[in-house]
Amino acid sequence: MTATAFAFAPGDIVRVKDDWPERRGPAHIRTPYYVRGVQGQIVRHLGDFPNPEDLAFGRPAEPRPLYHVRFKKGVIWAEDRADDALLVEIFGHWLEKP
Amino acid sequence: MEQETPAKESQRSHHDLGGASKFMCEAVDTEPHALTDFDKEVDALRQILGAKEVMSVDELRRCIEAIPEEEYHRLSYYRRWIRSITDNLLRKGVITEAELRSALDAQ
Amino acid sequence: MNILDTPSDRLLAAVRDLLAQKGIATTAEIQERIAITDRASPGQGARMVAKAWVDPAYRARLLDDGAKAAEELGIPMRGMPPLGVLENTPDTHNLVVCTLCSCYPRGVLGYPPFWYKSAAFRARAVRDPRGMLAEEWKTVIPDDIRLTVVDSTADYRWMVLPMRPDGTDGWSEEQLAAIVREGDMIGVTVPTIG
Repeated sequence: MTATAFAFAPGDIVRVKDDWPERRGPAHIRTPYYVRGVQGQIVRHLGDFPNPEDLAFGRPAEPRPLYHVRFKKGVIWAEDRADDALLVEIFGHWLEKP
Repeated sequence: MEQETPAKESQRSHHDLGGASKFMCEAVDTEPHALTDFDKEVDALRQILGAKEVMSVDELRRCIEAIPEEEYHRLSYYRRWIRSITDNLLRKGVITEAELRSALDAQ
Repeated sequence: MNILDTPSDRLLAAVRDLLAQKGIATTAEIQERIAITDRASPGQGARMVAKAWVDPAYRARLLDDGAKAAEELGIPMRGMPPLGVLENTPDTHNLVVCTLCSCYPRGVLGYPPFWYKSAAFRARAVRDPRGMLAEEWKTVIPDDIRLTVVDSTADYRWMVLPMRPDGTDGWSEEQLAAIVREGDMIGVTVPTIG
């Protein structure tokens, strides 16, 4: 799959995949558990970087788009103030349209 | 949403610490701690292995994450690193376990 | 016994000897690398902050590309990850954490401090940042300021550009740099005078 298959634009509403590869076997992922399945908004495309999920195992790693995604904190932890935010770097292959 | 968090948290790997309930009441030690010679040597070794493409930072992280949970939290930061570096060097065959044993025996 | 359970100091000594024998990492290379790493310190980030406070064009370049802006001041960034800079404003305060490991803007701040690598900071910074900042650093983020917690999860490193404190009109860059601390550039504290 090419990098452009995951293209998102600033302002797009996205959802992080509710996927748990670490429960299925050896895995190295850079998507924190707390954003899985959560909806956020693309801030910007930070660039394309080799997929760390392959780099971690010494496999050939394709460049993947990396996005800065903003989440409302109250959506993740209910006790939080709704207008505080979390800004997280997430690879395009972890994002889907809600 | 409120019910989702605990279920989700129970799925996290032990290094995936954001919001982990067991640490929410733990104090942050904000005092400065000077690095030891051990710490600096491990750090330097990691940089050299990265620059020479012997081991990537992702490979370092993966083998840190593979340290069993209790050991992960017991070991200091750079003690996790030397364990992961050694693990990587063995897995890649850069050094063999026999070589490592004989180097340890010679100490 | 699993050989990886060997005490860390012995493991380091053995691995160091083997890598030296194999010509992969010599003692001289390790010492040289330590010397280079020791040169990076929060003073470098502080110079960038001070320049951004007095020079709006530099501030714009800093926010656009932190690594380039660091290099402009002679701070070596070759081989370092890209550096993003997040600006504190009268409406927004930024706090940087790495919940998965301990990614830190080492090129401009040096080695990460002990607290940054701790499980307590990594857990609490994303879930109860206001409570943690008030309790541990006496940093109270006013209710009318939005807090953005930046979880440094991937290929970028992040640094905070704090707000210039009142009462510093007419100060030189050197004077300004002297009041900027490590924690101000991660967002656990804010610069103060006196």
